[in-house]
Amino acid sequence: MKVKSPLEVYKFLPQTNCGECGFDTCMSFAAHIIDRSVKPESCPPLLKDAEKDPKIKKKLEQLIELTSPEVAEVVIGRGDMAIKIGGEDVVHRHEMTYFNPTGFFYDIWDTMSEKELEERCSKVIEFKKFYVGKFLTLDGFAIRCTSDDPETYKGVVKKVAGYGKPMILVALNPECMRAALEEVAEEKPLIYAATESNWREFLKLALEFKVPVTIRAKDLDLLKSLALTFKNAGVNEIVLDPVTEPLGEGLKGTYERVVNLRRTAIQGEDRDIAFPIMVTPIAAWLIEGDDVEKAYWETVLGSLFIVKYADVMIFRSLEPYSLLPLVTLRFNIYTDPRTPVQVEPGLKPIAEPDESSPVFITTNFALTYYTVESDLTSANISSWLLVLDTEGLGVEVSVAGGQFTAGKVKELIEETKIEEKVNHKVLVIPGLAARLQGAIEDETGWTVKVGPMDSGRIKGWLEDNWPPE
Amino acid sequence: MVMGKMSIDQFFELLKKYDIEVLEGVTIEGDLEIEVEEGAAVDQSALAYLYTVVQEIQNFLYYANVAMGHLNNVSNLLGMPNPFAAAPAAPAAPAAPAAPEAVAEVAPVPEVKIPEELVKAKFEPFRVEYPGKIQEVVLGATKKDGGTRGEVVVLGGERSLPFYLFDAPQPNLPAIAIDIFDRKPALAKAVREHYEDVLEDPADWAKKAVKKFGADLVTLHLISTDPLLEDTPAKEAVKVLEDVLQAVKVPIIVGGSGNKEKDPEVLEKAAEVAEGERIMLASATLDMDWERIANAAKNHGHVVLSWTQMDINNQKTLNRYLLKRAEMRPEDIVMDPTTAALGYGLDYAFTNMERIRISGLRGDSDLAFPMSSGTTNAWGAREAWMVSSPIEEDSDWGARELRGPIWEIVTGLTLSLAGVDMFMMMHPGAVAVLKEIMETLGGKISGSVADPGDWIFMKE
Repeated sequence: MKVKSPLEVYKFLPQTNCGECGFDTCMSFAAHIIDRSVKPESCPPLLKDAEKDPKIKKKLEQLIELTSPEVAEVVIGRGDMAIKIGGEDVVHRHEMTYFNPTGFFYDIWDTMSEKELEERCSKVIEFKKFYVGKFLTLDGFAIRCTSDDPETYKGVVKKVAGYGKPMILVALNPECMRAALEEVAEEKPLIYAATESNWREFLKLALEFKVPVTIRAKDLDLLKSLALTFKNAGVNEIVLDPVTEPLGEGLKGTYERVVNLRRTAIQGEDRDIAFPIMVTPIAAWLIEGDDVEKAYWETVLGSLFIVKYADVMIFRSLEPYSLLPLVTLRFNIYTDPRTPVQVEPGLKPIAEPDESSPVFITTNFALTYYTVESDLTSANISSWLLVLDTEGLGVEVSVAGGQFTAGKVKELIEETKIEEKVNHKVLVIPGLAARLQGAIEDETGWTVKVGPMDSGRIKGWLEDNWPPE
Repeated sequence: MVMGKMSIDQFFELLKKYDIEVLEGVTIEGDLEIEVEEGAAVDQSALAYLYTVVQEIQNFLYYANVAMGHLNNVSNLLGMPNPFAAAPAAPAAPAAPAAPEAVAEVAPVPEVKIPEELVKAKFEPFRVEYPGKIQEVVLGATKKDGGTRGEVVVLGGERSLPFYLFDAPQPNLPAIAIDIFDRKPALAKAVREHYEDVLEDPADWAKKAVKKFGADLVTLHLISTDPLLEDTPAKEAVKVLEDVLQAVKVPIIVGGSGNKEKDPEVLEKAAEVAEGERIMLASATLDMDWERIANAAKNHGHVVLSWTQMDINNQKTLNRYLLKRAEMRPEDIVMDPTTAALGYGLDYAFTNMERIRISGLRGDSDLAFPMSSGTTNAWGAREAWMVSSPIEEDSDWGARELRGPIWEIVTGLTLSLAGVDMFMMMHPGAVAVLKEIMETLGGKISGSVADPGDWIFMKE
């Protein structure tokens, strides 16, 4: 994004504070454009005026250009299942956030047996891992043409398309690719790959079928030439594959190419290579060794490039020891560091509490909440857990920062009607909130006990302190 | 760097064993391989998404002094720089030639115009140069410097982000220390089985860590000094340190029990008996008598590990105390900004470390120290040690013997990319793989595959 301040965006807006966009003021709308939660097109008056007035149309186009992400966004697939890749604006996640998680595509090839194909496809679509309140899943299939036969390839691609997931079509032979596209172009697969030798045919396919295209070259001058040629010819959805070498100096070179591409796109503002990057950890299967060794190394390569800038990847291993760390790491790296992970504030009953059960309070910062909740649940402590809205901050920080206050505790006690649920008025606060003890007692009229510094020690603490005298 | 005795090949040989077990459908006995402490029973049916953040890690690693502490602190990180603020200066982008309109408007019946030649272009990589340099810290002392170590380990010295050799050479690649303990600790099964024969003897344990598993350093945790355990007097506990110094020639790191009152005394005694060996005292923290530990290091020529709980500001504060109040030399400080496991706060640990490293490179001399990571914390993640997922809807988790090491590897690898200079680890396979990838990125491993494009045509 070329602009950094809401003021720069505000200049382009109607400045009427009409509120049609859902925000109170144009300045507020501008701030949301800057943090990328809305787009300029979400301003109805601007859109309407642009239709009538070419000058305003120009203004809108200018604003879109100024506020579009540094790295182009590419969509693979169709409808609800489609995934967006690229669209990044920063090289370090703490500078804002990373936006579109790396797409994970899994290897299928057209000479595998039908049974094996069905097994692999099922594994991909069925995989799920519960994490922070949701299930992590895989994105799609990369279908390789190993038959070198257009009809065979076409048939297998059609079959895999039936699963409804996004696809990458992997075939260097333009005839095979054409056959597959005739069947599934509407599914908007990513085609792989245009190279120095087949680029003319692939450019033709990309234009004719309007599908995103990967260009592949180890030499970054050549990669840029290809990207520029495609761009000039009218292809906007381009993915760059700087060639993943799985070992030794080759891997060191791959790391350098990937880092240089992303850095030059964002910091160097080179629009000609500002496209999503593909890395193919599947290349680990070219090294010597057994399946476990290859799968381990593939997972290492995947992890390395999840952290460093890959927007889409092709993998082979469907072993849990590969999938679990990769989906977890991807989630961690792409979590928005600006908005702490929060849970719903309120009252949470643990292990069927009754009127004599203790009442605890914690914050709505997800890591804090889930820790306390799981500690209480694991130790089977029947209790009431009050969850205070601290704007997603942890105990220590919110006490210091004023998000955890006696006044807010009082409000929470009233809102949750906890007084009607228990026959005592004793509240246990976190050890790290000890200094609020007096203030909460004064404000609420409850007796406040200071619990342990760590919720893992609540059980032992209760033995000495519950029931209260 | 000492080359690993356990090669990556041997590691995979070892893993194969488990693969066969899985194929044969051998059930691995037991639910919890972490010996959970009294009063901390683990209910697997709990819908606890972030299950272990403090509880298990503390149970498991409380003694290791590399435990992560209170994750509440991580939210301090959320004071991120305002995205509206910084506008990095950058050279003007070359103007892209406009697309010819005839091509842009493709007719429904495709009649596309394909150029004959590629547009010529030159890729000019954007260069980044930082004004600062990370302090070099030497651990261990050889005979010529009054010690008895065979080799020293040098940490730090970076002028660029990790493994960005295209920006600046990286004089010292990260080192790996293996954790050992002065009493039998609670360990995950997959880790314990590699040390079963040496758990009773720290000197033998150290030897195995170095000779068999290729540790560059050894971290000795004097956990028996904990007043809640044996409460071994400091003077007695440090005899084990003398044994370990005798047993191996690599530099040594010494940790206490994590008891804030007792640790200063334990580390003081350790500093005395290791005079001349340039060990690292682990750790000084803000909530203990850090000055006493700093003085012990100063008086006996050692290094201090400055440990904070995932908070860049606290890290800066503690480092300044050590530098300004305790008057330590910058070449005697290493930082531990706290490691959280993959899935259990790794994102916070990564970003905290990355911010610290970038600050150091940009010239903040209060943060320009090498970083150490308690990577063993990865074993606190339930995915690393549980037999199967406690969440019913989850896909099968597979054999945990294969999950555990990769959890430690990915945790370490991620943090290596944030700038960690030293990893404290336990699983020998994880040590071997992490070392392999870091040496590869560091340019120490030659070769490649014949054609990296061959995967496109693989027929199996």
